[in-house]
Amino acid sequence: MLFGFEWDLSSPLAFALSILPILLTGLLVTLQATVVGFALALVLGLVWAVLKAAPSRIISWPVSVVIEFIRDTPLLVQLFFLYYVLPEYGIVLPAFMTGALALGIQYSAYTAEVYRAGLQAIGADQREAARALNLSSARTFTHIIVPQAIPRIVPAMGNYLVSIMKDVPVLSVVTVLEMLNVAKIVGDRTFDYLIPLSLVGALYLITTLVASAGVRLVDTWLPKEGIPLK
Amino acid sequence: MTDPIIKFDKVVKRFGDLTVLNKLDFEVQRGEKVSIIGPSGSGKSTVLRILMTLEGIDGGVVTVDGEPLWHEKAPDGTLKPASETHLRKMRTQLGMVFQQFNLFPHMTVLRNITEAPVKVLGLSKKEARQRAEELLELVGLADQAQKYPGQLSGGQKQRVGIARALAMRPNILLFDEPTSALDPELVGEVLNVIRKLADEHDLTMLLVTHEMRFAKEISDRVCFFDRGRIREEGTPEELFTDPNEDRTREFLAAVLDEAPGTTG
Ligand SMILES: Nc1ncnc2c1ncn2[C@@H]1O[C@H](COP(=O)(O)OP(=O)(O)OP(=O)(O)O)[C@@H](O)[C@H]1O
Ligand SMILES: [Mg+2]
Repeated sequence: MLFGFEWDLSSPLAFALSILPILLTGLLVTLQATVVGFALALVLGLVWAVLKAAPSRIISWPVSVVIEFIRDTPLLVQLFFLYYVLPEYGIVLPAFMTGALALGIQYSAYTAEVYRAGLQAIGADQREAARALNLSSARTFTHIIVPQAIPRIVPAMGNYLVSIMKDVPVLSVVTVLEMLNVAKIVGDRTFDYLIPLSLVGALYLITTLVASAGVRLVDTWLPKEGIPLK
Repeated sequence: MTDPIIKFDKVVKRFGDLTVLNKLDFEVQRGEKVSIIGPSGSGKSTVLRILMTLEGIDGGVVTVDGEPLWHEKAPDGTLKPASETHLRKMRTQLGMVFQQFNLFPHMTVLRNITEAPVKVLGLSKKEARQRAEELLELVGLADQAQKYPGQLSGGQKQRVGIARALAMRPNILLFDEPTSALDPELVGEVLNVIRKLADEHDLTMLLVTHEMRFAKEISDRVCFFDRGRIREEGTPEELFTDPNEDRTREFLAAVLDEAPGTTG
């Protein structure tokens, strides 16, 4: 029994059906970690991108180093760092938050690059036209550059959303009860790993396909020339 | 002729080691229509871009309507480099029409024209819209207000570009090869609009062009640029029919030969 659900070992099919609700509980945690991690990556990545574009090298240089450091170290190392080192300094986060934070930090290094490339792709001609019309630099950024960068940024971000989802099982090492961890517990207790793990694979396949289709849908719906803001 | 609206006083502009403008002296009178011709790389665009404050200067003084453009007068009378506030103030005098149109592709034609009047001049949306509609009428695109730039032909795009620049009510309008990016059959419709503007008495126009016949027709004066200097200038008649300099003659022979009439 796990999470209040009993398993039924009478036949493989009965076993599979009986543990499905348990795995779905795990899937819910996986999705939650994905969403929180993705949101953190989007926000933190934007902060990096803006700081890195700062005119002062005193700001942009350390930020570049931090991004490079994040990008070049494995997710697991960052996760262990947050989970074992932070408490030594009195910062104790729940396992789930630690995991989501690690995902967010890791992927912020990638989203920062997406923002940078997306904003840079809007050519000098647009900035010059805005300048000739005397639009302020803030207005130019929010109403000329960003709306045109969005269609370039969104598809790449969608791909990272799917990648984050596939990285969530790493959080099992810090006891987060995401789907793979739950399947492993079921296997430990029933000595049948094949069925739980196969189900995890199938559920991952379905969610990934759905998410990818969603990303493509948003992509086709977004006007390529950009979205005018009010 | 006194009190020029534009004055370049020994202006120097460099890109790295390349000196593009070498102590350029150049004046334009109020309401004057001046065409700038010359070989590629002679600094024609650079002159317009300096005026539009898209490019700074490395020496000399540019004056627009009696005030230094790239400098500010300090309390003690000396000139110091211009602040962004000063540039913003000066820019209200100038408008620019770009070779590649540079329209905002994510905004409708109407929004392209009203964005700056609303946000910069503080016009109400209604006023800005009214002005935009008048201008679209002027450039012959009254029925295209709700389209996006991507749905327009090159000639139509450039006419929107002209309307957008005019919406800011500039005293000086700068054209940088406005028809060079167009298919030959679309050049005429854009030149017709510029021709209409040339009849406006108050508007000062600076036109960089390879359209020699058009320059001859609308200009009060034509300047031949060569290596960052004005090699020769004069009325269209003087310059086109009887140039003094060999260099001018060679250039005219070359462009008139390769482009008899209307290419950009
Ligand atoms: N941003 C820049 N960086 C470096 N060099 C530049 C830059 N802008 C212009 N130049 C150089 O300055 C010179 C003058 O350029 P400019 O664009 O004013 O010439 P032009 O007379 O307009 O020529 P064209 O007829 O080809 O448009 C050219 O040699 C050009 O390569
Ligand atoms: Mg040029």
